[in-house]
Amino acid sequence: MISLRDVSRIFPGADRPAVSGLSFDVPRGSLTALLGASGSGKTTTLKLLNRLEPLHRGRIELAGVDTANLDPVTLRRRCGYVVQGIGLFPHLSIAENIALLPRLLGWSAARRRARVAELLELVQLPPAEYRDRYPDELSGGQQQRVGVARALAVEPEVLLLDEPFGALDPTTRGILQSELRRVQAALELTVVMVTHDVTEALLLADQIVVLEQGEGVFIGSPEALLASEVAPVRALLEAPRQQVAALHDQGVAAP
Amino acid sequence: MSTELANQLAYLPDYLGQHMLLSFAALGLGLLVSLPLALLLTQSERWQGPVLAVVAAVQTIPGLALLALMVPLFQAIGFAPALAALTLYSMLPMVRNTVTGIADIDPRLVEAGRGLGLTDTQLLFRVQLPLALPVVVAGIRTATVWVVGMATLSTPVGATSLGNYIFSGLQTQNYTAVLVGCVAAAALALTLDQLIRLLELGLRRRERGSIGIAAVLLAALVGLTLVLTGQTPAERQALRIGAKAFTEQYILARLIETRLDDAGYPATVLDSLGSAVAFDALTAGRIDAYVDYTGTIWANYMRRNDNPGRSAVAREVTEWLRAEHGVDTVIPLGFENSYALAVRRADAEALGLESIDDLQPHAADFTLAADYEFFDRPEWASLQLSYALPFGAKLSMDPTLMYQALQAGEVDVISAFSSDGRIAAFDLVVLADPREALPPYDAVLLVAPTAEERHPGSTAVLQQLEATVDDSRMRAANRLADVEGRGIAEAAASLKAAE
Repeated sequence: MISLRDVSRIFPGADRPAVSGLSFDVPRGSLTALLGASGSGKTTTLKLLNRLEPLHRGRIELAGVDTANLDPVTLRRRCGYVVQGIGLFPHLSIAENIALLPRLLGWSAARRRARVAELLELVQLPPAEYRDRYPDELSGGQQQRVGVARALAVEPEVLLLDEPFGALDPTTRGILQSELRRVQAALELTVVMVTHDVTEALLLADQIVVLEQGEGVFIGSPEALLASEVAPVRALLEAPRQQVAALHDQGVAAP
Repeated sequence: MSTELANQLAYLPDYLGQHMLLSFAALGLGLLVSLPLALLLTQSERWQGPVLAVVAAVQTIPGLALLALMVPLFQAIGFAPALAALTLYSMLPMVRNTVTGIADIDPRLVEAGRGLGLTDTQLLFRVQLPLALPVVVAGIRTATVWVVGMATLSTPVGATSLGNYIFSGLQTQNYTAVLVGCVAAAALALTLDQLIRLLELGLRRRERGSIGIAAVLLAALVGLTLVLTGQTPAERQALRIGAKAFTEQYILARLIETRLDDAGYPATVLDSLGSAVAFDALTAGRIDAYVDYTGTIWANYMRRNDNPGRSAVAREVTEWLRAEHGVDTVIPLGFENSYALAVRRADAEALGLESIDDLQPHAADFTLAADYEFFDRPEWASLQLSYALPFGAKLSMDPTLMYQALQAGEVDVISAFSSDGRIAAFDLVVLADPREALPPYDAVLLVAPTAEERHPGSTAVLQQLEATVDDSRMRAANRLADVEGRGIAEAAASLKAAE
């Protein structure tokens, strides 16, 4: 569905590329996690996909078409985007946030209303209760659900998520993670998700791309990741293991 | 309620209406220019600094100066130059707030919008502008208070405003008028400030009720303005009599107005015009008549600094007005209001001062006070040339205060006006001018050809004023208004009764 070939992005004035020579494919209907530490280039890679960042070198195809030949606005409407920190518009109600793009595309009021209800139900927020509220009246988890609903408003082929669950408490995160899987399966969405959480990547992804200093140091399945002997991957995996071990030593948790 | 207050309040609908019309028009135009300009600036950070600096620099020009600059620029007096100056003045808070309002939006929201697939225009109108709206409205609020305040200064460029109360009130020491003008301007500014604040709060808190109330009340004020400024056809037809910004001019303009009214010709007074503004307005046909002085025309507009004598100056001025400006009706009123140096009687007697020559040995110990334009006028140069007076100090001040300052001993010599009632009231001595350094200042009523075109027969009515006001009558009338505080209407009536 998406393919990256030798993709690089250098920020003006930077001494090394933010993304360097990256190549991988995202199969249709799968979920790919971009995993890495802060500054590893995973958010930049995501933004290259919908051309929020320009490509310095290489080629990205969406369904076989070079994205450089697509109008950026059209491209972005085909790729639902959930920004880090949610990014709901505070001056618009929940329904207006979700229906913003449909409205700009000239959908009728009735069609917009039906779509808002459908999407709110999909993310398990009862429409009657939530459609007329404003973002600041919602909890972080509820806002995140609305963010996903908004990204899905005009039935994109691809969903791009930038640290969607980063700011949530562990319980809410767990619930939303399983809901994402459910929604993805129901809509047969192709998803690319940025995360710095190894556990999250292992739980959700069909394919994991590990980035370090802009380079793809591992591309493969969660099982392959666990078995990988690549040093940076081992380091990533060690952190949660050490946490579990520490808990075990204190007699708090079973291994 | 005192009679004077009632008298003054009679002008309120006209002055307030004109004031609001000017303020609203300037704010509307300012918004129409500022918003697109600010939006362009948000697209180009390179231009933001320089453009904001220029807009801020306009703000540092004193209000009165900015208004005065617009007169030559527009070659006009009245509404247009005042509107231009106020519009420029209103722009800084509107442009700056719009630019910062948009710049201060969380960049993640902008990125979210772009990521959703909004075009730049959609992003601007659906996300950036709505989010910046409370800040933009706060800028409009600041601009409104500034503009309503500064609009009082548009009186001297010929635009009627609440400033008419203040300027004429200060000149004639009618503090009721000054107070009415100040209170009305402040009340208007506060009302608008609070209404826009309500609008701003409503936007911030998403209260449709507040927004609606504020919008309805603001619309009502705009409607009221249109009602107050709507002119009847008769008012549009009225002959326009100009008056410069001092007491004698107010009295004479009122005299002329009543004269025309009595003869069945509608007339209105445009008062507190700047001196050059009045002359330009007459020659351009924007006012139909006003009183000027031969010496002013001789020195300021004909650029002459010789003095061939009173009758020769009058003759040449009359010929020049006809030949150069087509003003063929120049009616001598019968009195002179020339510049004259005046001293306290006590000094005159103690030092034996009778003529300007006698000042020579004492000048170094004396302080000379004069009106704002005197030291730049040819009369001052001519005085220096003829008498070489090395005054110890020179001060420019408001002519009204000059006489009091002399009486109080704060200054020693003033550039008095010979027809001023305060010369007698304060027991001052006018020094003779044996070298004829100061040109004659015969008061002449100038009537533009437009008067006869619009109201045939009106010029003949004005001709009847020829030689009806002599020096002593004018001085007495000035004294009534300036010293005794009896009001312009009464002073004008005294001239009429004496005819």
